[in-house]
Amino acid sequence: MNAPAYNFAYLDEQTKRMIRRAILKAIAIPGYQVPFASREMPMPYGWGTGGVQVTAAILGPQDVLKVIDQGSDDTTNAISIRKFFGKTAGVATTTATSDATVIQTRHRIPEAPLHAGQVLVYQVPIPEPLRFLEPRETETRRMHALGEYGLMHVKLYEDIARFGHIATSYAYPVKVNARYVMDPSPTPKFDNPKMDNCPALQLFGAGREKRIYAIPPHTHVVSLDFEDHPFTRYRFDAPCALCGAGDSYLDEIVTDDKGGRMFVCSDTDYCESRQLIGHRGSESAAPHEERTHG
Amino acid sequence: MTTVTELHAGFADKVLSAQSTFRSVMDAMTRPGSVQRVTAAAGTPAGMMRGAAAIALTLFDHDTPIWLDAAMSATPDVAKWLNFHASAPVVAVSSIASFALVGDAKNLPALDRFAFGSNEYPDRSTTLILQVESLTQGPTFEMRGPGIDGTTLLQATLQPRDLFQRLTINEALFPRGIDVVLVHDDLIVAIPRTTRLVASGA
Amino acid sequence: MYVAVKGGERAIENAHRLLAHERRGDRDVPELSLAQIAEQLSLGVDRVMTEGSLYDRELAALAIKQARGDLIEAIFLVRAFRATLPRFGATEPVNTGEMQVRRRISSTFKDIPGGQILGPTFDYTHRLLDPQLADGFVPEQPATSEAAQAATPRVTDILGRDGLIESSPAADADTPVGDLTREPLSFPADRDLRLQNLARADEGFLLALGYSSQRGYGRNHPFAGEIRFGEVEVEFFAEDVSFAVPLGSIALTECQMVNQFKGSATEAPCFTRGYGLAFGQSERKTMSMALVDRSLRARELGEEVIAPAQDEEFVMSHSDNVQATGFVEHLKLPHYVDFQSELGLLRKLRKEFAEANEAPDMQEAAE
Repeated sequence: MNAPAYNFAYLDEQTKRMIRRAILKAIAIPGYQVPFASREMPMPYGWGTGGVQVTAAILGPQDVLKVIDQGSDDTTNAISIRKFFGKTAGVATTTATSDATVIQTRHRIPEAPLHAGQVLVYQVPIPEPLRFLEPRETETRRMHALGEYGLMHVKLYEDIARFGHIATSYAYPVKVNARYVMDPSPTPKFDNPKMDNCPALQLFGAGREKRIYAIPPHTHVVSLDFEDHPFTRYRFDAPCALCGAGDSYLDEIVTDDKGGRMFVCSDTDYCESRQLIGHRGSESAAPHEERTHG
Repeated sequence: MTTVTELHAGFADKVLSAQSTFRSVMDAMTRPGSVQRVTAAAGTPAGMMRGAAAIALTLFDHDTPIWLDAAMSATPDVAKWLNFHASAPVVAVSSIASFALVGDAKNLPALDRFAFGSNEYPDRSTTLILQVESLTQGPTFEMRGPGIDGTTLLQATLQPRDLFQRLTINEALFPRGIDVVLVHDDLIVAIPRTTRLVASGA
Repeated sequence: MYVAVKGGERAIENAHRLLAHERRGDRDVPELSLAQIAEQLSLGVDRVMTEGSLYDRELAALAIKQARGDLIEAIFLVRAFRATLPRFGATEPVNTGEMQVRRRISSTFKDIPGGQILGPTFDYTHRLLDPQLADGFVPEQPATSEAAQAATPRVTDILGRDGLIESSPAADADTPVGDLTREPLSFPADRDLRLQNLARADEGFLLALGYSSQRGYGRNHPFAGEIRFGEVEVEFFAEDVSFAVPLGSIALTECQMVNQFKGSATEAPCFTRGYGLAFGQSERKTMSMALVDRSLRARELGEEVIAPAQDEEFVMSHSDNVQATGFVEHLKLPHYVDFQSELGLLRKLRKEFAEANEAPDMQEAAE
């Protein structure tokens, strides 16, 4: 039987070259979705294969990798991807946002400000922001070519007419460098402002849809809105029950079946770092205490 | 027929050298105007600088048609080396090239001889790799654009002298356009199509 | 006091252990061998090889065993392995006209040169569950006779000699056949890429699309010109020795549909074709593929595109079961961050709705 032997960071060199060329074009044309010949990965499409391919193409032995899903380092998919790179590339991994050189994420941008030299790799399910307005690739490609985004504004305006608000709470479309309308991946719109003028490089990989796109550092990223209905962030109006943070995006934890709720940071590293330096919330446990869960 | 021993070497460690060179190029493209160093060692055929050779070994393969200027094709060395180490086809028509390797940038052909991509597929453009006189000394160029926090300064001796004037077509063409990687020895600087010259001086 | 859930890594490891245990099933029951799967579940192996795009019976059998019989999971395992294989080049085109046929039928002629050969088929079995098969059944040896010396030309070639059917597109050495596993797909896609997509496509998806075309959603009046199954030689052109080296033979099923004629002011009417090809014995797959291939030629043949089976973007974007299952099943992954964002918006909208509807009552009460 042909026993498999795998390359550094899993991908073969030919595939890495193809992805690397696509990444360079993506950086040169901010917000434009570069087609690439996405490979079958040993994890399912839709589970981060685009992000994994981008990470595999850039990762080197000197890198320190952080992987988060929903803001947490400890969700099962984040663990699974981190283990994959630990095994195939032997890179150092971390949960500390500031220590990481490459951060692969699904659905969140870390709360701690990113710094120059870091790369944030987003896993993207549907890269085309116009896809749910126009299912045809041939049509959406033409709209991007002409910079013709009226359809998107009509959709947002219809929301306002119907609900009094723009009824998009995540994957909220942005305009990059005053040219391309771009899907930020399904991050909550709370995170949108973090993309603007960010010192880190942001790379987006969509494996199943075979697209890579990028936002270079210090690039203008604007959430689409209207003068009389400006873009607003949303976070539940409460401090984190564990660290007391009043500026972080919160997860809602259902604590019983009688309407009990509590709100804690979705970014676990941010929350734990704050607890380490003494910040406390209403439900604080001693930080980093090992507990078993039945 | 050329035997393998007559050819200059490729990377000693293909996987890690390509990775570190790519990161230098990615960093250069990410922060236009910044000077990055290529550390991976490779053989250099006659007329090719270390940085250009490392980039070729990192990004070229049989899917990337390569155009060589007169200086690069003065001897068959470069083409043979590219063919052996990268299986990259050398083409005579610059407008279908994925990359153009320019050894004598003074005589760079008009930019419209290269591919700009289309509005639907602006990525289908030629990336120019220009070998220049210096990336640390010479006149200063002040630039702005994505990747640059405000403005940045590059001190360089560029060929052709009017390179930035020529690159102003990128502004009108966008999203079509030409991305440039400047090379001197093992130093590289990228000027993607979004970068604009603010001022230049001695 | 609340402590965030930890221990995902342990959970994953334990889940994998439990999965391995369940895969094995009752340990008093003998374990399946790969040879048993390859020999006795051979049509499943054929499907995994076809949609997995890798001709290796042993690996396909391993994938089926590992996937506990879930063929889409097995196809995924084979695809992921295939993606890591070095690529040496493309073989010479196989010549199905010289196939060692084990089965070959045509519905368009009563008899054909080389004869109709029924071969191993479910076609005229009565679908009655056979209790004999439950345990220890030893079938009779198959009936045999001398191999026929007569050639078995393809039915479409016979029609082609009289110009009654369009000719197959000629191979062109200057335009290599595309490969959607190596280049990103863009639309419109040429027939080479469409056929590659269909060959890898989910059998059930193609079956439903082909069926829909028969029921009138883009009808194209097919006849099963020929279905043949057997072994063909595979050759590889080696640069070093400058000739084609035989690599061995593989089992293939080929289906050529003959579809209602077309003509134009400049071209005489003739039959058109739909083409299907798959590894092993995969008749349902190749027939469905041929129907959909013909449907997708609508644009090329000047037919109005009105039905799903004719819409190449629709068909090609949704035909791959590895992609489809990944995206459908990714809904299992946590989405609580976005859900929280939606909850926030919904609560706000409901509050505003309630306030707007209460407002008139309040006014009345005040009066």
